[in-house]
Amino acid sequence: MIVAERKPFTEIKEMLSGYRKILILGCGTCVSVCMAGGEKEVEILASQIRMAFEKENREIEIKEATIQRQCDREFIETIRKMAGEYEAVLSLACGAGVQFVAELLAPLLILPGLNTRFIGVAEAEGVWSERCRACGDCVLSETAGICPVTICAKSLLNGPCGGTRDGKCEVDKDKDCAWTLIYRRLQEGGKLEKMRKIHPPKKHGVRIYPQRQVNEEFKKEVKSEK
Amino acid sequence: MSKKTFQEALSSGKFVVTTEVGPPKGTNIERLLSAIDLLKDRVDGINVTDNQSSVMRVSSLAICHLVQEKGGEAILQQTCRDRNRMALESELLGANVLGIHNLLCLTGDHLSAGDHQDAQPVFDLDSVQLIQIAKMMEAGKDSAGNELKGAVKFCVGATVNPGANPLEPQLLKFEKKIAAGAQFFQTQAVYDVEGFARFMKQVEGFKVPILAGVIPLKSPGMAKYMNENVAGVSVPDRLIEEMTKAENKEAKGIEIAARLIKDLKGVCPGVHIMAIGWEEKVPEILSQAGIG
Repeated sequence: MIVAERKPFTEIKEMLSGYRKILILGCGTCVSVCMAGGEKEVEILASQIRMAFEKENREIEIKEATIQRQCDREFIETIRKMAGEYEAVLSLACGAGVQFVAELLAPLLILPGLNTRFIGVAEAEGVWSERCRACGDCVLSETAGICPVTICAKSLLNGPCGGTRDGKCEVDKDKDCAWTLIYRRLQEGGKLEKMRKIHPPKKHGVRIYPQRQVNEEFKKEVKSEK
Repeated sequence: MSKKTFQEALSSGKFVVTTEVGPPKGTNIERLLSAIDLLKDRVDGINVTDNQSSVMRVSSLAICHLVQEKGGEAILQQTCRDRNRMALESELLGANVLGIHNLLCLTGDHLSAGDHQDAQPVFDLDSVQLIQIAKMMEAGKDSAGNELKGAVKFCVGATVNPGANPLEPQLLKFEKKIAAGAQFFQTQAVYDVEGFARFMKQVEGFKVPILAGVIPLKSPGMAKYMNENVAGVSVPDRLIEEMTKAENKEAKGIEIAARLIKDLKGVCPGVHIMAIGWEEKVPEILSQAGIG
């Protein structure tokens, strides 16, 4: 999932200066699961803003809403009319969601309520950790299912650096060295010879931003429906 | 010392000595220049570090050029931390046209260790890939396969950490570096010669010269600090005790370094002395070790 965290309240408050009627829009998928921008977080942020504004004798009208996904046209369409009644939308989606809402509801002003962090997993209750850098050239078959691009602080493809110590990372003694993890898992699985292969430099040419992914078959179907 | 190139020294069968200088943070280079003067005729090569410890400094290439101008044999250190493959390849071409033909390929410390923590870490390549590319450039092509008008010529080296724990992944990478074209190695600091000899036994099948790292101890505190903070460095208690008891710490540090070098003579084909601020004491260390 995409993992995000809420922006500091002071920053959100600053963004809202000058607005008296806003919609706080939650997103019901990734950021809902990582407890940053779902229905519950919309509710909490709305009360926080109401209280802060009341304290300063400032007026603000807040509408709360959450759609299933802000990265999907069909869900954004459901709030188009309602959103038009507000001066601004404070979106609690990831950066992709914020931009798509802004694109579809333009010229309505969309403000980001979250900082998008990474693609990760729910490691434990209340703990999320990064697992994928979306490099577009997956090497997990070679590295025992542990991503060196993400888990190694230097994204090294050919083994540990000289800074690793007792299986820990040079950057943070509490973090495991990715290449020690890879080494141990390959060894346990009897596949240590994989560590002898020299991996060539990544082909960054395939990643010119912004990237697109097109499924030709499906694309045609959508067209024919229109 | 005769004016052999570093590569000639490596293949001459003599006990090879390299040392290093760290470019300063700023444009005052007087101290560095006098260190180069003191060292250039006593060693077979002078490494010039590349933004060492992730602290921004004068570029390695610029100082290598000054080493060569003074008649020394420079070893250009290049890390993968600050430059993408294009910048690194360009630097290698630049080194060659300036007459610098020795290269040490390193991953580089992470930026989080240094003084530019908000900079973007690059790591477009790793050390193995950088060695490979240097060798491709020797064959007349850049990493994208484009022809060079004039190939490079390098004696390409790499590092290995004999004290790494676990050691096996480090050894696997060491083998990859050799397969990629590494022609010499310089190691992390060695204090336990017996332990290092066991490492040398493990890698004796690889016919690539390994120069043992030597860092002179300046104080017992420095030894303890390295034991706690530097990966793969382990100063034995007896050396720490020796330093503690010594009235003149400086003389003792020099004596221990010289003794290590003497002991290493039978174990490996050379040493790499990293004086870290004690560059002017390297000649004395070498004299006490019976070199030069």
